[in-house]
Amino acid sequence: MTFLKLLFRNRLAAMGAVVLGLILLLVLAIPVLPLQDPDVTNTGNRFVPPFSEGHLLGTDHLGRDLLSRLLYGTRLSLGVGIFAALIAATIGSAVGIIAGYFGGRTDNIIMRGIDMLMAFPYILLALAIVAALGPGLLNALIAVAAVNIPFFARNIRGITVGLAGREFIDAARLAGMGHTRIILTELLPNVLSTIVIAMSTTVGWMILETAGLSFLGLGSQPPQADLGSMLGEARSALITDPHTSIVPGVMIFLIVMSINLLGDGVRDALDPRLRSGALSRPRAQTIVDRKSPVPADDGNGLLNIQNLETQFHVGKRIYRAVNDVSLFVNPGECLGVIGESGSGKSVTALSVMGLVASPPGVVTGGAVRYEGEDLLSANFESLRQKRGDKVAYIFQDPLSTLHPLYRVGDQLMEAIQVHHKVSDKDARAKAVELLKSVRIPNAESRIRNYPHEMSGGMRQRVGIAMALANDPDVIIADEPTTALDVTVQAQILALLDDLRRERGLAIIFITHDFGVVAQLCDRVAVLYGGKIVEEGTTTDILDHPAHPYTKRLMACVPELGGGKRELAAIPGLPPIVSDLPPGCAFAPRCEKATEACKEGAIPLEGSETRAVRCIHPEEEIA
Amino acid sequence: MTSALKVENLAKTFEISGGLFGRNKAGVRAVRPMSFEVPTGETLGIVGESGCGKSTLARMLVGLLEPTEGTIEIEGKALDNADPAAFGRLIQYMFQDPVSSLNPRKTIKQIMEAPLKRLYCMGKAERDKRIDEIFDSVNLRPEFLERYPHEFSGGQAQRIGVARALAAAPRIIILDEPVSALDVSVQAQVLNLLRDLKSEFNLTYLFISHDLAVVEAVSDRIVVLYFGSVVEIGKAEEVFANPRHPYTKLLADSAPVVGRPLTAPEQKDSELPDPLNPPPGCAFATRCPRAQERCKKEEPVLEPVGGDQYAACFYPLQD
Repeated sequence: MTFLKLLFRNRLAAMGAVVLGLILLLVLAIPVLPLQDPDVTNTGNRFVPPFSEGHLLGTDHLGRDLLSRLLYGTRLSLGVGIFAALIAATIGSAVGIIAGYFGGRTDNIIMRGIDMLMAFPYILLALAIVAALGPGLLNALIAVAAVNIPFFARNIRGITVGLAGREFIDAARLAGMGHTRIILTELLPNVLSTIVIAMSTTVGWMILETAGLSFLGLGSQPPQADLGSMLGEARSALITDPHTSIVPGVMIFLIVMSINLLGDGVRDALDPRLRSGALSRPRAQTIVDRKSPVPADDGNGLLNIQNLETQFHVGKRIYRAVNDVSLFVNPGECLGVIGESGSGKSVTALSVMGLVASPPGVVTGGAVRYEGEDLLSANFESLRQKRGDKVAYIFQDPLSTLHPLYRVGDQLMEAIQVHHKVSDKDARAKAVELLKSVRIPNAESRIRNYPHEMSGGMRQRVGIAMALANDPDVIIADEPTTALDVTVQAQILALLDDLRRERGLAIIFITHDFGVVAQLCDRVAVLYGGKIVEEGTTTDILDHPAHPYTKRLMACVPELGGGKRELAAIPGLPPIVSDLPPGCAFAPRCEKATEACKEGAIPLEGSETRAVRCIHPEEEIA
Repeated sequence: MTSALKVENLAKTFEISGGLFGRNKAGVRAVRPMSFEVPTGETLGIVGESGCGKSTLARMLVGLLEPTEGTIEIEGKALDNADPAAFGRLIQYMFQDPVSSLNPRKTIKQIMEAPLKRLYCMGKAERDKRIDEIFDSVNLRPEFLERYPHEFSGGQAQRIGVARALAAAPRIIILDEPVSALDVSVQAQVLNLLRDLKSEFNLTYLFISHDLAVVEAVSDRIVVLYFGSVVEIGKAEEVFANPRHPYTKLLADSAPVVGRPLTAPEQKDSELPDPLNPPPGCAFATRCPRAQERCKKEEPVLEPVGGDQYAACFYPLQD
């Protein structure tokens, strides 16, 4: 059970579980324990101190056995707390799901009602409910449950609103399901974990609140014991006989503490975001743990990636995302890196500047040289200096790379001022100039826009402007136009092409689109299963693909102008990099594969400018 | 031959309430009045860029959104989803994101059974048999049935989506960007599968995509949308090879094509019109190299421009 493992990895939660477990065990064992009757008074034996003969915890002001009252009282308080939490959770979640699912007016009316309930201070509201219904434990329970309904309703509504817009709900509707069925079979299973989380964090509260009402004499009525009423009765003897207050007080503390610790643990273990490691913040630099000697500088290119190996270590599994990839790029040159999802193209790009999230990412071999200097062995400060200043990135989705709360101009200024001591005024002027250089109209006013006020194409221009902010020598563009419309894509590509000609930029352009590569890139490397399967000049690769994968991948891409036709497909699926075959990764999908392809590693053969990793290439390369 | 789907003056305006009590109601006209017909057995491609109303149109056709104006006729009868079961047997929708359209907490079997149970009231043995048949026709292995959606790759999940749509045995399937989340090598597999299924079950498709080449490869006819309006309709092999509307030409010129030099096909500062404040006249006029005074005042309507091709332009391109 991964859930329990995760839960008990959290020491505090484990401690809470142990304490709560012990208390529950004691309480459940009440029928078999040799306890005295909790309600039998013996005024001759008042205020017996703890550890006396026959009364382990002493007696209270009426001479009743405190141990016995404590256990019975704990059982009652726990029962009331849990029961109240169940009621509040059921009603609150039902209200929340209905409001979130139907939305619109229903949502508005229900949630305004809930808001009104929340507008009263909750203890006043509870007091009012008890005052209306009359004192008594059952009424206290109702009051505590009622004041906690808004908490559940708001929580669950929030989750439901997100889920109700999801496509699987539409799909259920089209499958002929009615509202009730959708709520019960599609929505409820998805919000259940949230309900459990909310409950585990509120049971403690509920116990405390019930105790509060009992303390005021509005909950359990004498002679019935619960923790709150025990405290209330002991109040008058607080100074003279403190043990009567301390005993129930410590128990309340232990219960609420253990429930809260356990509840937090349950929440962390169940929450998918936290489980996926959102709380384990990655380091500022990828861990480098090279198993093989650092390759010697071969003097290629401005940015030179040599035999790079990057892996992800998740539990016992090792994902070999990048295996022995060597690439270089010269000033003014554009290198295209083509590959499908999982081919290692993005990880290669991120490894260059140590941006692969660590853990779980580890660079296990090779070198990345910028002007001959190995960036992988550089210390963080020198790497940070080069990030953005010498080597800049453009990412796929500009909406998620720009900060939503800052104006684009301020973000550009920050990018400049991180690397150069420039006054605000000069930085602002430079920012305007940058926006102009990426051809954003009305740059002076656009600088005051927030990212959400711009269209996708404009945002990506800001992303490019930011990459250009410090006149870098190398730009690594990771699918910069994939999220854009074709007409905008054409503009952005033309812009990048102009920029590299004007400024002599070296561009590494990562994409899955042959059309884009053909138009922009001088040389191309094709990645499959974390390895380069073919590289060469763009014309060579497009006109005479040598690797069967390249050839068939190109055939899969429909070209405009061909009319209705059958499309070529590659059967099977791309390999999973945690389980790569020993030979060629493409062999299981390849028509030409022979036994030899599946046996050993196949070398990348050819010259520096044209190479292929295949023993049955489509064409002999020169 | 009756048409499988007929749309007349269909329009959708999303109201945006402004002001304190929702007084100043503004509207975004996501879909402007449009009419078209899809004969049985045809694949009608719908292309357009983001924000052109493609998905709004699709959701109206399957009854997930209420149209503001106009009528939808399916096989000669007005759209009526009062009985979800009867409606689900006529038309189905295939979603763009294969994973998010499957409920993460249900096994594939539970997902597949829902339409069979709800739409056809099948017994258990009958359901199992039907699911086996469908899985066979979309090349999925039966052992997948016990698994949960997150265990599948995009291509497999999309095939499960196809299988679910087929389970309803509909007459029409609306395919909303069915392959845009997939890798190129897998995309062709799904497209070919869709084509085979279409002839096997005599289906009618509405294929929505932003990828011009994909739409062209699978469609019989193509509708080009811009800013919520149809700007051009025509045969698939004609529309992009021989565009009449300047916008269609811009689209065709923008698609990256191997062997074509890189040039920006339009001025670099052009932006889409603001949907809250639409320009009068032709919505494309501000971006159009051929725009005249008349384009900025009057809204053009679809008119025949030779053959089966229609364009909404006062000054259509000639060949």
